[in-house]
Amino acid sequence: MKRSFAFLGLAGAALALSVAGTRDVHAIPPPIVVNDEAIMGDGFPRMLAEFGFFNRIDGRVPTGRVIAYELNTPLYSDGADKLRYIYVPEGAKITADGDGLLQFPVGTAIIKTFAFGEGDDQRFIETRVLLHRADGWTALPYRWNADQTEARLALAGARVPVTRPDGEEISYRIPNKNQCKTCHSMDDAVVPIGPKARNLSPALLAELVERGSLDAVPDVARPMPVWGAEDAKTAPLARAYLDVNCAHCHQPGGGASNSGLDLRWEQDDPFALGVRKPPVAAGRGAGGLLVSIEPGEPDKSILVHRMNSTEPGVLMPELGRSTINHEAVELMRDWIEEMEQ
Amino acid sequence: MIRITLAAALLASSATAWAETHTITPGEGAQERLQEALILAEPGDTIMLEAGRYALTDGLSLDVDGVTVRGAGMDGTVLDFTGQEGSGEGLLVTSDNVTLRDFALENPKGDGIKSKGADNIVYYRIRVTWTNGPDPANGAYGIYPVESTGVLVDGAKVTGASDAGIYVGQSSQITVRNSIAEANVAGIEIENSRNALVEHNIATRNTGGILVFDLPGLPVMGGGNVIVANNLVVANDTANFAPPGNIVAGVRRGTGIMVMANEGVLIEDNIIDENPTAPIMVIAYTLEFDDERYNPMPRDVVVGSNLYGRGGDDPQLDGAEMLLAAFGGSLPPVMWDGLGSLYTVEGTPGWSLNLPEQGKGTGAAQPSPLNVPAPATEFDRTGIGAPAELDDRIG
Repeated sequence: MKRSFAFLGLAGAALALSVAGTRDVHAIPPPIVVNDEAIMGDGFPRMLAEFGFFNRIDGRVPTGRVIAYELNTPLYSDGADKLRYIYVPEGAKITADGDGLLQFPVGTAIIKTFAFGEGDDQRFIETRVLLHRADGWTALPYRWNADQTEARLALAGARVPVTRPDGEEISYRIPNKNQCKTCHSMDDAVVPIGPKARNLSPALLAELVERGSLDAVPDVARPMPVWGAEDAKTAPLARAYLDVNCAHCHQPGGGASNSGLDLRWEQDDPFALGVRKPPVAAGRGAGGLLVSIEPGEPDKSILVHRMNSTEPGVLMPELGRSTINHEAVELMRDWIEEMEQ
Repeated sequence: MIRITLAAALLASSATAWAETHTITPGEGAQERLQEALILAEPGDTIMLEAGRYALTDGLSLDVDGVTVRGAGMDGTVLDFTGQEGSGEGLLVTSDNVTLRDFALENPKGDGIKSKGADNIVYYRIRVTWTNGPDPANGAYGIYPVESTGVLVDGAKVTGASDAGIYVGQSSQITVRNSIAEANVAGIEIENSRNALVEHNIATRNTGGILVFDLPGLPVMGGGNVIVANNLVVANDTANFAPPGNIVAGVRRGTGIMVMANEGVLIEDNIIDENPTAPIMVIAYTLEFDDERYNPMPRDVVVGSNLYGRGGDDPQLDGAEMLLAAFGGSLPPVMWDGLGSLYTVEGTPGWSLNLPEQGKGTGAAQPSPLNVPAPATEFDRTGIGAPAELDDRIG
């Protein structure tokens, strides 16, 4: 229903444009195509529009080869809604790599808009782009203006006051370019995090193959559960949440490798996952608790304590969260409660 | 051959010719201006922080190799994080060959400056202060290089860290010198690191002055080849204010220099005075562990000649009264748990708990005066300390 509304709006705007254009037939704007040079070049485009990912009428409707997608279990970002897109240039092909991260060709762009509000009240806050250039991935943040007409590069990030749909006033943080890398970092190189085959819907993977953008539907033995699905079981959902929200740092080669904590989906050593593992450099973040996870005792588990805090120096993840995801905290509590002691 | 030399010379001269200095001033928009400069800097550039107080709301980060960040002195340029709303540290450095000098951080919510995987980093005349003094709500580490090869900390001053003032972890080729660590839980801590030189520092009013630890369960283990020499380790008598759960929360108030596990540590020519639990403590890792790669024992620890003042006279140890009575009012300067291998120069007074096994507590202790051999060979100093070229940057 919402989607058809958007189309109506689009049609109206297009009509207005064509009416305006009757004065001069040559003024009909050419269709927007993605600017491969902006993706592949070594500059930092000042405006999001320079990439041509979206129709310029409202900056929201993706252009031809830009494909919308969703993740089974998404990253929590203070309750922001995420609009995710992938662009793969014509003739280039993604390679499947088991259930892990799709291997994107040079020229790929991964685009994520962070928004609050529903329908007409929806406001874009920022759009982050990951560009696969010849020398590796580059991450750039773009901040939408108050009029919602354009998004401008925010290299140094920003703080934006946001009122969430639930009425809570928050100080929303747009990360700076380096902070993008803080999460999107593996062995010191920038990498995508989200689009792992295990966290994508089979329908999307099939569509990508159909379009000729993906070499084969990857073999996923154990897909991640869908966040919010009623039949999702506690343990896999908890592990999916930790993988998506924590493991980009907490894994070997990640930003928090020195902690020794490894929260990846594929990790099955309980100690590496934090079970009865003492903290290393948690400082006051440990909150007086002795181990990351004490089976059966969520109140004695640092993991729950840090997810349930909004205090810098205590809260985890360190970036991208300033409010508590109560649903996730409850999930962790249930999971730890269920563990054999 | 000539052509190659010429090309190299051109390359060298162009590198200096292109290096730019970006000057940042405090005031409105300092957060964005400074962060943008840190992002857009090119290798070889200097970012000058003019004198003044910079009110910052978010952590800063540097990810460009070969950049110098320079202030107008540790009391002139102050990055004030009292109003910090996000990030786990004040400044995060993730690039190599970075020089940080002549500025201060105050009241970061988490760590002060963290450099991770940042090889050949220099911290020179950097101050990190939690201005309210010892407080468990303070950040954990003041200066925090980790997973790096080549670390030089010189002329730094850290006060109030709820874990360690100057903490070097999982790194190698390290020098910490001419620095002051005051009123932290641990003054200076070298953890799971190799080839470290800790010299000419002042550690005072901490819970423990200088700690050399090796812990299990970390990606990098096997700490050792550490020299702790010519330090002033005085009056480390602040009650432990670390949040429980952290390894340093177990450090006893009044510990001067402490070695836990590690292989090859030399402690000599220090002045150690007024550390009421133990001027020097050498012990095995105290807890049980499950990590095949880890050796919990202190091995080849050498206590050379040090100047011992008052100490061991108010130990925070089980059975303190009995111990004091047995040793005539104060414990001798070197305390060993009896595990691993310890050597002391002739005439070093000490005592041993004579523990029979590691990780089982002190219930089986049978204290006695220390009886260990003198070191048979000269301590091997090769390869210890930061690479010499790091000195050139602060010349």
